[in-house]
Amino acid sequence: MSQSLLERTATQPAHLGLIDCDVHHALRSPKDLHPYLSQKWRDHLTTYGSRRPIPFISSSPYFKSAPALSRKDTWPPNGGPPGSDLKFLQEQLLDRYGIETGMLHLLSITGMDQRNQEFGAALCRAINEWQYAEWTQQDARLKAAIVVPGEDAEAAVKEIEHWAGNKDFAQVSMVTHTIEPLGRRRYWPIYEAAAAHDLPVGLHTSGNNGHAVTPTGWSSYYAEEHHEVAISQQALVTSLVCEGVPARNPTLRVVLVEAGVAWVAPLCWRLDQHWKRMRDEVPHLDRPPSSYIKTQMWFTTQPMDEPEKPEHLTKMLDWIGWDRLLFATDYPHWDFDDPGTAIKIPLTEQQRSMLFRDNARAAYNLD
Amino acid sequence: MSKHVVALAREIPPGNRKLVTVRGRPIAIFNIKGEFYGLLNRCPHQGGPMCEGVLTGLIQSDDPGTYQYSRAGEILRCPWHGWEFDVKTGQSWCDPEKVTVRNYPVEVAPGQRVVQGPYVAEKIPVALEEQYVVVEV
Repeated sequence: MSQSLLERTATQPAHLGLIDCDVHHALRSPKDLHPYLSQKWRDHLTTYGSRRPIPFISSSPYFKSAPALSRKDTWPPNGGPPGSDLKFLQEQLLDRYGIETGMLHLLSITGMDQRNQEFGAALCRAINEWQYAEWTQQDARLKAAIVVPGEDAEAAVKEIEHWAGNKDFAQVSMVTHTIEPLGRRRYWPIYEAAAAHDLPVGLHTSGNNGHAVTPTGWSSYYAEEHHEVAISQQALVTSLVCEGVPARNPTLRVVLVEAGVAWVAPLCWRLDQHWKRMRDEVPHLDRPPSSYIKTQMWFTTQPMDEPEKPEHLTKMLDWIGWDRLLFATDYPHWDFDDPGTAIKIPLTEQQRSMLFRDNARAAYNLD
Repeated sequence: MSKHVVALAREIPPGNRKLVTVRGRPIAIFNIKGEFYGLLNRCPHQGGPMCEGVLTGLIQSDDPGTYQYSRAGEILRCPWHGWEFDVKTGQSWCDPEKVTVRNYPVEVAPGQRVVQGPYVAEKIPVALEEQYVVVEV
C-alpha cells in the first residue's frame, strides 16, 4: 500500500540516523538454535524442553491481545513469526524509517530463567552465537545484547568475557523477573563485569520467576497486566539504586527497556525523600537516589505515554531530563511506536536529536 | 472535490473491502450489508494501515459477567494498536468526539450516469449495464 503524501511528510524529515533501542528479532522455533548447541543439549532441548518457573501449564504468559503480541501486518510473507525474517524486518523497519542502529532484544527462548541452569547457560551461548551469525553479521545496523544466565553469576560473567570487545554486541541483557530483586548482591559480579568492559546492562521486561507480575497476585486482564510490567520495572530500579549497584559501580550504565518513562519522576521524588529520613539504613548511598538514576540510567520511550494534555508529559520529561530518553519502536509488537507519529509533544531541534539519536550514542558509547 | 469510479459494485461483495488510491490518498471501500463506505487508510492514532485490520462487532456490557454483541462486521480494528472504528461513520469507539478517521462519501452509480459524468474513471472501462462504486474525494 503506497503511503499518502501526508504520511510521507510525517515520517521522513530529520530522522538522519535514527537509533531504535528496542527491536525484537525472533527464532522461527527453538530448533534454529540446533547448529549452536552441542548434541547433548540438542537432545536435552528435544527431550526435556524449556522448563521455567511458570505456574500455568500450556498457557503462554505472552499471548496478549494479538497473536505473537504483534502488529497484524508484521507476519513475514514466507512464514515464521513476526521478527523472525531478517529481510522482512529490514524492509518494514530499518529501511522504511532510516534506522542507523537497532538494538536487538530477544524475548523467547530465555536462558536465564531455565530451571536447569546448566541448560540455561548453554542456551545463552547458543542464542549469542545465533544472533552473531544470523543477525548482526548480516546487517551492520543491528546490534545484539549479550544474553547471560544471570541466576548463576559466575557463568554470566564467563559469557560476558567471551563476547566483550566484539562490536556486534552493544550491551549485556538479563531477564527482569528474577529469583531475587536484581539489585541484590548475588548479581553484583555481573554488573562489575559489564562496567569493566564498558557495556551497559539492558533490562527488558522478560522472564518468569513463579511470581505474579504484581506484588499482590495474578491480575485478571491483560489491560491491567500491560501496565503492571512497568510497576515491576519500578521495583527493579528501586532495588538497583537502594542496593547500591550504581553507587558501587560509578561507570555502570543501565538501560530500562519498555518500562515506561513518566513514573521515573515521582519515583525519584519518593526515593530522595526516604533517603533523607533513612540514610542510616543505606549509608552506601552517598548522594540522593535520584542522582544515580539521572546520571547512570536511561529509559526507552516506548510505549509513549499519551495524556490528554501533551504539556503534562512535557513537564514530566523536563523533570526527568531529556538526556535520559532513548527512542524505541518495539517493532514488531502491537504497541509499536511509529517514529514519525508516536511522539505527539512538540520537540525542539535539540530535544529531537537527543531523543532519536544522541542519547543512544552516549548510553551505548557508539562512535 | 471530484468523483472517482474505483470499482465495479460486484467486485466488493457484502463483508468485503477493496483498497484503492484516489488522488494520492489510500482509501478502503467496505461493503456492509450492501451499503458502501469509504475510509482513509491511515489511522489517526499513529498512521497505521487501519483498513487492513480485522472487521469485528461491538461488545458492550452493563455488568461484569454479561455482555451484548452487536453490529457484527461493522467495527474495524487497526492492525497496529487495535483502536476500534465504526466503519459507517469513521468515529473511534472509545473517543468518538475527538478521534475520527476521514470518511468519504460513496455511492453506487449505474453505467449510464457514469458515462454522462462528472465522474473520473481510473483505469476502469465503463459499461452501461454495470454498477460502479464512486468515491468523492
